[in-house]
Amino acid sequence: MEQNHDGSLAHVRHIVLVLSGKGGVGKSTITSELALALRHAGKKVGILDVDLCGPSIPRMLSVGRPDVHQCDSGWVPVYADAEKSLALMSIGFLLEDPDEAVVWRGPKKTAMIGQFVSDVAWGELDVLLVDTPPGTSDEHLAILENFKKHKQVDGAVLVTTPQAISTGDVRREVTFCKKTGVRILGIIENMSGFVCPHCSECSNIFSKGGGEELAKLTGSVFLGSVPLDPKLSNCIEGGEDFLKSFPNSATFTAISRITHTLLSSLQAA
Amino acid sequence: MGGHPQTRVPWDSTLKSWISGANVTWINDTRNLRREKGTTLIVGHKMDDVPENANEHCPGTRSEQAGKSSSCQGCPNQKLCASGATKAPDPAIKEIGEKLSTVKHKILVLSGKGGVGKSTFSAHLAHALASDITNEVALLDIDICGPSIPRMMGLEGEQVHQSNSGWSPVYVDDNLAVMSIGFLLGSPDDAVIWRGPKKNGMIKQFLRDVDWGDLDYLIVDTPPGTSDEHLSIVQYLSSTHVDGAVIITTPQEVSLQDVRKEIRFCQKVKLPIIGVVENMSGFVCPKCKNTSQIFPPTSGGAEKMCSDLNLPLLGKVPLDPRIARSCDEGRSFLNQIPDSPAAEVYQRIVQGVKDYCSKHTTDEENTG
Repeated sequence: MEQNHDGSLAHVRHIVLVLSGKGGVGKSTITSELALALRHAGKKVGILDVDLCGPSIPRMLSVGRPDVHQCDSGWVPVYADAEKSLALMSIGFLLEDPDEAVVWRGPKKTAMIGQFVSDVAWGELDVLLVDTPPGTSDEHLAILENFKKHKQVDGAVLVTTPQAISTGDVRREVTFCKKTGVRILGIIENMSGFVCPHCSECSNIFSKGGGEELAKLTGSVFLGSVPLDPKLSNCIEGGEDFLKSFPNSATFTAISRITHTLLSSLQAA
Repeated sequence: MGGHPQTRVPWDSTLKSWISGANVTWINDTRNLRREKGTTLIVGHKMDDVPENANEHCPGTRSEQAGKSSSCQGCPNQKLCASGATKAPDPAIKEIGEKLSTVKHKILVLSGKGGVGKSTFSAHLAHALASDITNEVALLDIDICGPSIPRMMGLEGEQVHQSNSGWSPVYVDDNLAVMSIGFLLGSPDDAVIWRGPKKNGMIKQFLRDVDWGDLDYLIVDTPPGTSDEHLSIVQYLSSTHVDGAVIITTPQEVSLQDVRKEIRFCQKVKLPIIGVVENMSGFVCPKCKNTSQIFPPTSGGAEKMCSDLNLPLLGKVPLDPRIARSCDEGRSFLNQIPDSPAAEVYQRIVQGVKDYCSKHTTDEENTG
């Protein structure tokens, strides 16, 4: 049982938000892959999933719907592995019926997130990743307000796809970060081109280049691009560790590189 | 407690005050409080109202405890709530009902999941309906944080003007009008960092204050989720007739698990579902013509979900890079690539929506 006398975040070294103004760009996928990559690098990782309406993390990491237990220090996170090196918390664990909608207005979401931030007994973690829903609203403000009471957030990674429709929203998220004083650790471009497994032709299904342009436009670090990879989608669907299963893929290289850059950035600060 | 470790009941004072209020309902009717295991209580009010200036543990202005609970002491709204005035329905609902009485058909485009193509579908549904110049069509974008519609309709940089009859929507063509918060923002970098109540107020204004005129179709594009925007649009349209919702998904279970929640939401608020559209349904390589399932239907895709839930599957739209390009350029891909498989499916889906709407009008006329 984790003993945590100074508060649930006292032994969490780094907190990284995963944001995007745009929905469906792969925030939860990227959060999961970053977590797995960090774990493979020997780090203790936590994921706090504050997407209350669409909690994707439990499925992506294949933890099912276990009960959430209590201990003296608070709510015990759900561990994705026996070694307890990947800890999770999501509203997905607290709902009896997975199809039941969480139809809450802002104030209730804010209160739930407050609890998630202050009451989870994370114990000792190298990195706590916070997966967020799209937008710049109650959940995002709640996250910042509540973390402020306990521990400063290191910064945020912003996920986009290459198209202008996506970067158009992510620009607003950059503004949100600037306005709220959140350091932008970098921009990740997801779904960056599809290489046909049959003939190796590359198709830019969601356009091209938007991530790098956005980084340049906003003076942010471009962390890297992750290609559209059906193998990754399949692993995510089945809650399988993609990095373990496909270590020789271009996608693996991309994710590893991004993780390495992110970790260096966190450790340097 | 026998062999169990000591468990502390997770009563946070906020939750505790809600529970002590009379108007508490469970999110899930079968939910039990399992104190021995220490699972947390989740409670929810149906469409509660917590004003921005309310006290920290406000029970909600429509709650039976409104104005009377101990947490109401000192709240600026206490007197008003205690008088029962706040339990009366928002007068805007009736105003909106009257304002929109000249709108024949209202269609909401929903999805629990982000990035599945709601805005793309809304924009192209609007274009397709407006291609019949005898139709007056309007597209309302209530995605306050991520308004994509102005760019998709080629209207970036346009402004909204005010006249005696209200706000003027922005016209794409003579018979196609658009309204979005995107038109009210000064720069493409402006972020709308608003909590729920402010977003709700904006949606109310869009419905009540925009001079829509007589319309054949009003399409409402929504953000992902089941929250303020969705509750508000349903609430504010409650004294009008809404034909129904088109639900958008992609084939993977990661999407479907959120979409099923949206379908539950529709059922909860008694919003009819016109049908489901499965987007990004396979990709045909332009070079070798082989199909790849980039977003794999590991649990049977929308087809299985529709079959399980007895909902019509309106169509499956394949991935086509030209769609993203058209959207970025603010053009309709139905015009740009009319012979593409994606465009053909879209036209069939649009016909399905039209048929549903006209069937309902006929039903109404027969029973009215």
